[in-house]
Amino acid sequence: MQGKHWISALALTAGLTIGGAAFAQTTVRIAWYSDGNEGEVVSDLLKRFEAQNRDIKVVLDQVPYKAITENLPVQLASGQGPDIARVVDLGGIARYALDMRPYLKDAAYWEKNFGPFLPWMRPEGDSSAITGFMTQLTVTGPFVNKTLFEQAGIAMPGAKATWEDWGKAAKDVAAKVQAPFPLAMDRSGHRFFSVAVSEGAKVLDDKGEPAVIDDGFKRAARRVYDWHQSGVMKKELWGSVSGTAYRGANDEFKNAQVVLYHSGSWQIAQFDKTVGDAFDWVAVPSPCGVGNCSGMPGGAGLVAIKTTKSPEAVAKVMDYLASEPVLSEFYARSLFVPGHLGIAAKGLDYKDAGPQAKAALKVFSDQVAELSPVAYKLQGYVNNRVIFNAVISRLGQAISGEGTLDEAYKRIESDIAQQIAERKK
Amino acid sequence: MSLATRMMTARRRPGRWHWTDIAAYAYLAFGVVLMFGPVLWLGLSSFKTQAGLLEFPPSLLPMSQKEVAVPGQSQKLPLFEVEMPDGTKRVLAQVRRVGIQAQMIDPEKPGETIRVPIDKRTPVREFKLATENYTEPLERFAFTRFLWNSVFVTLVATIITLIINSMAAYALSIYEFKGKTAVMLMVIGTLMIPITIILVPVYLVITKLGLVNSLWAVILPGAATPTGVFLLRQYMLTLPRDLIEAARMDKASEWQIYWRIVMPLAMPALAVLAIFSIMWRWNEFLWPLAVLTKTESYTLQIGLNAFQGELQTQWHYLLAMTVVTLLPVALVFVFLQRFITTGIANTGMK
Amino acid sequence: MASVETKPQPEGAGVAGLLAAPLALLMRLVDGPMRALQRLIGERRMAYVFILPNLAFFSLFVFLPLVINVVFSVTGGAGLFPSERPFVGAQQYGYLFDCGSFLEPSSCREDHFWRGVSNTARFTVFQVTAMVLFSLLTAIVLNMKIRARGFFRAVYFFPVLLSPVVVALTWKWILQRDGLLNAAITSIGGERILFLVDPSWAMFWIVFVSVWAHMGFYTLILLAGLQAIPADLYEAAEMDATPRWRVFWRITLPLLWPNMIVVIVLALIKGVQTFDEVFVLTGGGPGTATLMIVHYIYETAFANQVQNFGLAAAASVVLGIVLFALTLAQLAASHRKGAA
Repeated sequence: MQGKHWISALALTAGLTIGGAAFAQTTVRIAWYSDGNEGEVVSDLLKRFEAQNRDIKVVLDQVPYKAITENLPVQLASGQGPDIARVVDLGGIARYALDMRPYLKDAAYWEKNFGPFLPWMRPEGDSSAITGFMTQLTVTGPFVNKTLFEQAGIAMPGAKATWEDWGKAAKDVAAKVQAPFPLAMDRSGHRFFSVAVSEGAKVLDDKGEPAVIDDGFKRAARRVYDWHQSGVMKKELWGSVSGTAYRGANDEFKNAQVVLYHSGSWQIAQFDKTVGDAFDWVAVPSPCGVGNCSGMPGGAGLVAIKTTKSPEAVAKVMDYLASEPVLSEFYARSLFVPGHLGIAAKGLDYKDAGPQAKAALKVFSDQVAELSPVAYKLQGYVNNRVIFNAVISRLGQAISGEGTLDEAYKRIESDIAQQIAERKK
Repeated sequence: MSLATRMMTARRRPGRWHWTDIAAYAYLAFGVVLMFGPVLWLGLSSFKTQAGLLEFPPSLLPMSQKEVAVPGQSQKLPLFEVEMPDGTKRVLAQVRRVGIQAQMIDPEKPGETIRVPIDKRTPVREFKLATENYTEPLERFAFTRFLWNSVFVTLVATIITLIINSMAAYALSIYEFKGKTAVMLMVIGTLMIPITIILVPVYLVITKLGLVNSLWAVILPGAATPTGVFLLRQYMLTLPRDLIEAARMDKASEWQIYWRIVMPLAMPALAVLAIFSIMWRWNEFLWPLAVLTKTESYTLQIGLNAFQGELQTQWHYLLAMTVVTLLPVALVFVFLQRFITTGIANTGMK
Repeated sequence: MASVETKPQPEGAGVAGLLAAPLALLMRLVDGPMRALQRLIGERRMAYVFILPNLAFFSLFVFLPLVINVVFSVTGGAGLFPSERPFVGAQQYGYLFDCGSFLEPSSCREDHFWRGVSNTARFTVFQVTAMVLFSLLTAIVLNMKIRARGFFRAVYFFPVLLSPVVVALTWKWILQRDGLLNAAITSIGGERILFLVDPSWAMFWIVFVSVWAHMGFYTLILLAGLQAIPADLYEAAEMDATPRWRVFWRITLPLLWPNMIVVIVLALIKGVQTFDEVFVLTGGGPGTATLMIVHYIYETAFANQVQNFGLAAAASVVLGIVLFALTLAQLAASHRKGAA
């Protein structure tokens, strides 16, 4: 290690750059961030891969999420990226993605099982590339502290209840049991748009260009805004930080301070682990708006990167990770909703999960069928994070009392237009 | 100085306490609490369990719920103090909770099940350090590799900084030469540029040099600190010139004068710069995060932050790992504090 | 000004000696070539040799990036390498200064930039004032005849060594909704205060935390100044039985003024640069109440999906000009100090 440093120092002083040292093995590097235990699970799985494939060495670089959102794009743009990366900004990273079709063992397997999600990871204008798969399909939806409802003696709203019903019920329960947060919703674009889409927002026009501010959007924005005014939602999430920062209420929910927490399927594992026997928590189907009862799909994809020197090895690793038995084990051990149609259809046995987690996973898996086409289209839109970020930032400002909703609408539109124009320059 | 302090304290009759003395000691005592308290609290919190961290009101010491083994139960059961309907209090173990009713048993008489409303019970707790907050991440990550990288970066960068900064400071304080003003202006002009705003251009330079993922990418860019040059120069300006002239008479080379005479004399200033450099390098986060992407080249600050996810921050690990990265700095301080504080007061920072 | 000790301090020699020992040999080896070089170019020109290494690093990693930044600021698009970026002239600067009224951030195209400017200005004023007051007070107390002065001096200094992230995390853990401070408030029967959700409280706490973290450094500078005030001045005052507040106004403060200027200017520049601490503590919120100018630059260049290096670079050039002006002010001030 140290020796290598001195060599690079020498190279610097001599004004030369040296090529990478020759390896007997091909090395594949994966940049990976974790929310829960998925890093441990995947490194177990990769060890097995290495045992089967002595010629390929897989290095899992576990990074903070910040490195994926902020630094990875710069690294990719300068040609310094990893071979494979676990990313969330699928549309943004897609332009650096490798079309693996020439290298895959069986491209039809990928088409068949990852079909609906492949477009999310394709560069703009491409309609056939296979660049990766979803390590986790997330679906937004509410978690309810059932024990608080029981303590308050109030019945939980039923299957097709609306957002309004839930807001009212949560407020009543919170008032009775003195919970500080009746309804909490992550400060995130996906969470907001799950409300907006169910209220009938279209987000994109017929040509696929953003037309964000419509009646459905305004209904949702008004609802969230009013909830903050009336105390159904507290300013700690949407009204606290600025810009695009994420804030969640998972800690508060685990501490039984939240009646209804609108978040998503990825929370299940940690609730299962930390809440334990303290109270009963359930996932409920996404509440309805005037339009439909859709949540938002999302998740993290594992994407192969174009600049890799060994696409064959990369495809081999990807084929292994995406194969049904391996992926089943991955989803099952990390308690993720499968992003693999075959596995989803068969149903997954989450062996390590407690009964509450199993029930919640079932609710979320069932929700996948309820997702509106608008939600899918938005998730697949290349610049969707531009839209999400503008909404979080501006709606957050309105909620914290800086300006009106109408001003926020104008800003959202101009922010989106400006950023997309900059990208097209 | 003794007179000055006497003026300031003005204890007019020796042995008697003036109100200002009492106020001064009160202020200092308050200062100790205010300065140490928060960090102490962070340290204590890092030993709490994940559930313990979420508690309100928080307990001062790391506590966790007491558990007992009860005959006939496969697992240990958590203990609660329960307020019974007749107003008495009993310590019971909880078997399970169904809705808002808890099924409990008396560990002494495990035969009988007692139903208790959940708001009538309070957990019985005991002092317990959640050392797993430390051991789990340290086992999971290549801790010794990260530590070595951090130490390497900190030491090498500090040595380079001390040498090249002192050389420059020596030139700027002892010699008159063409372009001196321009160099001084450059040093001063960039004294206050935060790295954040030139992150991308520096990254481009590093890419062109082929240094991405090498520890040198972390070490080199910050080596020529304007702060260091400025600080050392201010100090060297005050050194007596006759010493240097005398050395020249004795046929000492300029390099010998720099190394044998000026460097030892500038020791207090060098030490202050060394401390600051160690601190800057050890704590650096944003820049290494941008240039180091391979696990084997991570520094502690990057490696130990890997569990900061998109949607969840695992606070119990985060706090523990913060304490881990804090410890070396704290140790340096404990051993060198007197030297650091007097050094700063005596150098050119005045 | 404190008298400069010309003899090396024994402690310092020990510590640095440890570091320097392996270097000594290297330095002796360098002497030969250096001597030859000196014979070749003469004693005076050796200055260039001494300044060269630092200057090389500096040009490569500070000056060149600054130039690239200027290039970024006159180009557009989302490309990373200057060659991929179309030239747009002063357009990015035009965007920054596109305002209905400069007094109202919300009338600007880049409203967050101007909120950053206004927040940074307010923060800096509060922070400098508080910093000067508290470090002066602490320096005066530490200058009194007290026991264990070294210990107390260390107590106030040690947060200076903490990284901004640790400082912010420490205080976040205290100030959040269920933090230590709210526990204290509710235990004496008060209502919880949402310190980081209320704009005025958030501003108060970022100033407070900043003073907490950096005060020790400024205190030492002022303490050095206090200890350098000649004792005979106080002696004379004592003979005249001058009241102590007058001594303070007439003797202490004027003689301490040079050090005060250093403190004010350094705190001012640090205030303008503030980012990490505030970013971790409040995230710039609530709303944009504590959004700082460097935070805006960071957000524009990194956190947005379209990483807008051009606009961020333009903002950083503007910031750089302001910082340069402030630094020149410091230079002017320290020159006046030299005359005093």
